[in-house]
Amino acid sequence: MKIVVCMKQVPDTETKVRIGSDGKTIDPTDVNYVVNPYDEYAIEEALRIKEATGEGEVTILTLGPDRAINAIRTALAMGADRAIHLKTDDTYLDSHAVATALANELKNMEYDLVLTGKQAVDDDAAQIGPRVAALLDIPCATIVTKLTIENGTFTANREVEGGVEVVEGALPAMITAQKGLNEPRYASLKGIMMAKRKPVEEKEPQLDEAKVEILKMEYPPERKGGRIVGKDVDAVPELVRLLHEEAKVI
Amino acid sequence: MAGNVLIVAEQRKGQFRKAAYEVATAGRKIADDLGAEVTALVFGKDISAMAAELNAYGVDKILVSENDLFDNYAPEGFVKVILETIGNLNPEVVLFGATSQGKDLAPRVASKLGVGLASDCTGLRVENGKLIAKRPVYAGKAFIELAFKANPQIATLRPKAFTAEVKEKGKAAPVEKVSVSVDASEIKTTVKEFQETGGGKIELTEADIIVSGGRGMKGPENFKMLEELADLLGAAVGASRAAVDAGWRPHSDQVGQTGKTVSPNLYIAVGISGAIQHLAGMGSSKVIVAINKDPEAPIFQKADYGIVADLFDIVPALIEEVKKLKN
Repeated sequence: MKIVVCMKQVPDTETKVRIGSDGKTIDPTDVNYVVNPYDEYAIEEALRIKEATGEGEVTILTLGPDRAINAIRTALAMGADRAIHLKTDDTYLDSHAVATALANELKNMEYDLVLTGKQAVDDDAAQIGPRVAALLDIPCATIVTKLTIENGTFTANREVEGGVEVVEGALPAMITAQKGLNEPRYASLKGIMMAKRKPVEEKEPQLDEAKVEILKMEYPPERKGGRIVGKDVDAVPELVRLLHEEAKVI
Repeated sequence: MAGNVLIVAEQRKGQFRKAAYEVATAGRKIADDLGAEVTALVFGKDISAMAAELNAYGVDKILVSENDLFDNYAPEGFVKVILETIGNLNPEVVLFGATSQGKDLAPRVASKLGVGLASDCTGLRVENGKLIAKRPVYAGKAFIELAFKANPQIATLRPKAFTAEVKEKGKAAPVEKVSVSVDASEIKTTVKEFQETGGGKIELTEADIIVSGGRGMKGPENFKMLEELADLLGAAVGASRAAVDAGWRPHSDQVGQTGKTVSPNLYIAVGISGAIQHLAGMGSSKVIVAINKDPEAPIFQKADYGIVADLFDIVPALIEEVKKLKN
């Protein structure tokens, strides 16, 4: 089976966000960049499927600047076989532009399955999976917490409001990973050493221009701490009174 | 000539999602600013009658796309009908709720049209006849405002970020059946079954009140008292990542950056320290209450009301006090 994992390098979730000088994107100083956490589930799932079938190839497909190579090496160290690094320094790409770049590359590739995380933790747009699937005209299941591949079809559990929606479709297909799909492995020392020798192809992306424009970025309204009502059970009646009479939420 | 705002109103088992009413109201406001009409599109099986409910939210026209295949979400079918409807209406704006379905459907539509999409918006406004969308990024550590390069300007709206407002109009909006046909061979992902989460649990993203437990709860059995408190308040029960990772609560209950983002009127955080990633998920709650025995817990910096004490003393007392209030 040929599996492609679309992976993005993002600031880690501990990042203290500071708005940059352009007023539209974050200041990259001192930011620690990592593999998008939701893409880790996608990479892990790809590796498990390959290991279960005993054969196949996992390719990492990443659109990003030079530093993205570090995330690519992490994915290769986990066990992916090769990578394609579509290089771009553009910090104003939107989901449309990114999806066109990924889809145009995938059109030149052979794949049975495309996996990616349900969203990137920087823009939180959650659009890439369904967008790429629509461009490639392949089935797509999003927010997947369980995936089974059998006889050229997939069965996926989607975590939706009120329960789990179990869907089925034919391969090739796009699946976006939700937390809980699996437990991603850590790269072993051996994996890290081997990653250095795995091929990473650098290419120019074929992408369309962004279709939304960021006008400005701002901080959320300051949420100041309120008051400590008390330090023992005697505070409880007062808390309930405040919630009922002052805040009027109960 | 009046322009158009198209809203896709999601229903499940003959009931509109709360988000559908929120989207209708938001659509009405945008349409008023644009001098446009609001058309609602509803998918389902035998839904003409229930679709008329949208009348109460100021829509001008209701389109129903009825098909046995649409009893469940049928992505390619929904996309086909939406594209045809957009072709006919030429709307300036198309709005969806940012529910699981909306977040799956809207990008497919935007992709087919080659246009932009603002997802999970917390604000919308019109400036010089154009839509400006506000949305959170970096798990809500910042917000961006977006403008669109072309029509239709498409957005998905975060549940509970917009308020639904009943707005009866003079005459009822006509309900019209959409004539686009879709057959089974066009659907590439089919729903085989739906596994309901047990016993009428309130959906976290739709809840007005949430009682949430963290590491301080010390074990799964202790969540029983949170469930009792939640029952009394008509609340949903949430959990921090620590409680979920410990296996005490299912992932679908997790509130936070890698869980659900919620916007209730009241969020009661019990034994939750308030890590940045948790705050990302509940920071937009109207009122936050924190119960934690650690006075240094970061949650107290964001809580409107706090009690610094052992939750095992406080929660039972809170249950008794709420019972009193109800009587």
